[in-house]
Amino acid sequence: MSFSRLRLGGAVGQLGSIIVTLLGLLVLTFFIGRMMPADPVRAIVGEDATRETYEQVYHALGLDRPVWEQFVYYMRDVLTGNFGTSIRTGQPVIQDILHVMPATIELATFAILIGACLGIPMGVFAAVNKDRWPDHAVRVFSLFGHSMPIFWTGMIALIVFYAHLDLVGGSGRMDQFYIGLVDERTGFLLIDSLRAGEMDVFWSALNHLILPATLLGYSSSAYITRMTRSFMLDQLGQEYVTTARVKGLSRGQTIWLHAFGNIRVQLVTIIALAYGSLLEGAVLIETVFAWPGFGSYLTSNLIIGDMNAVMTCVLIIGVIFIGLNLLSDILYRIFDPRTR
Amino acid sequence: MEKTILDVRNLRIRYGGASTDAVRGVSFTLGRERLGIVGESGSGKSTIGRALLRLLPGATITADSLRFEDVDLLALSEKEMLKVRGRRMSMILQDPKFSLNPIRRVGDQVAETYLRHFKCSRGEAREKAIAMLEAVKIRDAERVYAQYPHEISGGMGQRVMIAMMLLADPDLVIADEPTSALDVTVRLQVLNILDGLVRDRGIGLIMISHDLNLVRNFCDRVLIMYAGRVVETLQASELDSAQHPYTQGLLAAQPRIGGSRAPLAVLDRKPEWLEEKA
Repeated sequence: MSFSRLRLGGAVGQLGSIIVTLLGLLVLTFFIGRMMPADPVRAIVGEDATRETYEQVYHALGLDRPVWEQFVYYMRDVLTGNFGTSIRTGQPVIQDILHVMPATIELATFAILIGACLGIPMGVFAAVNKDRWPDHAVRVFSLFGHSMPIFWTGMIALIVFYAHLDLVGGSGRMDQFYIGLVDERTGFLLIDSLRAGEMDVFWSALNHLILPATLLGYSSSAYITRMTRSFMLDQLGQEYVTTARVKGLSRGQTIWLHAFGNIRVQLVTIIALAYGSLLEGAVLIETVFAWPGFGSYLTSNLIIGDMNAVMTCVLIIGVIFIGLNLLSDILYRIFDPRTR
Repeated sequence: MEKTILDVRNLRIRYGGASTDAVRGVSFTLGRERLGIVGESGSGKSTIGRALLRLLPGATITADSLRFEDVDLLALSEKEMLKVRGRRMSMILQDPKFSLNPIRRVGDQVAETYLRHFKCSRGEAREKAIAMLEAVKIRDAERVYAQYPHEISGGMGQRVMIAMMLLADPDLVIADEPTSALDVTVRLQVLNILDGLVRDRGIGLIMISHDLNLVRNFCDRVLIMYAGRVVETLQASELDSAQHPYTQGLLAAQPRIGGSRAPLAVLDRKPEWLEEKA
């Protein structure tokens, strides 16, 4: 009945707002590209090029046309999937990114799963034991995760768990020995190796993934813990919690059957944001672990001024956040009957 | 008043970190009757209700006696208390807008009381809940069962609350300002439903309120509380012959339709009211 109509109306409205946001994002990346102090022509022709060569390239890039015309071309290129060629590698930018993105997605997904599995129960536990020692213990633990510079914990963890204890793999996505053993079909090593039935490669990849993912997860769990704690405290002060207790539910039942359902929407929001920033790439941890991910790709291109690559990266980050917002909205509708 | 359901003697309650007791030496007994507890905000009336259910985290409750039927409420373990709450003693909270879980169907919330205390299937609990919703005069109970709290009105919400709290057929119900959040027009309707059920099932009722007229009409006896103490206990019918100056002051401060338009009397609080009787 009217329910499904409302939902449909919401979805159409959402689609419209997504298109507007995407357009805004394109304008933004376009102007970032124009306003950056880097000279794209100089980056191509080099310092010693003659004036004629410079002019020629300047014209070839369309830089002598009016700005709005350049924007239209830019939009057309983006919509047809042409993101330009990387100056550094000479390959289409999108191809380079498709190569680094799976590595980052793999890392970020594991990290956020670890962060949520660690942070949510700890936050609830802290809230339930507010101002008693478990609360303080959780606070110290999560503050530690939040305050330690990740490159430092990364190096210490490598020394301890890799060099000394030899429990996990070291840097890179898998042992040197296995590189090139499985075809890169999806780019996700875990999936590719499973598909090829190469279990050794799979375990090696997982072994390499677990340490950086745990460190990133620990660091993002700090935030998730703090937020879960305060969301939970907020709910525990609500009257419906008293109602549940009056009915004869135990504290644990009240928390998990009643209060927790009411913090899911808020949790989705902060976890989606945390996931988004992990997908942006974790430059520091990628550097320490020699992880060929999105973060190091973006940073290195920024430094050398490879604007096609940088703009595309910014565009992708924007799209990631729009996607995550959309996902959170859908989850809101599932979790909270008031939003339907 | 045949059998004593509740025997409270010298009840004292202190919140954690407070320097004085919120409830100071309250004593009363309750049979199968309707007892009103009246007092201003902060007089300790709601605190007593929650203390009976032992739902005051961080507070210290002491009493010479806190007997509920055959059990000593202070001696029960938390686990034993879980079997008392909802099953033998329950409480109707003030505002259904806050006291119902916003993301669960109201019917499921009602049925939960039954599921908690009786071994039965979900379907059975659902039937019981629907029958109870009909008992609180909700038309089309099947439809209301599937609705969420934000989809029903305040009066309906409070009837759902009553259904939830009476479903397991308790012996004592505490109604903590059950109609303060409702429109005046539905207030009477809800009270009549509650009153009818309480009488039919022979449930002991403690009605906590700040509304003297409401208590006068719906209760047998009234405790007047001031600053954590009971200053006077009266039959509801004899409220007008109250002796204590505080009660007299409260009665004098009530406006009357058709009464004189002169400014109402203002309570003149005397410090000696705070002192405990020897």
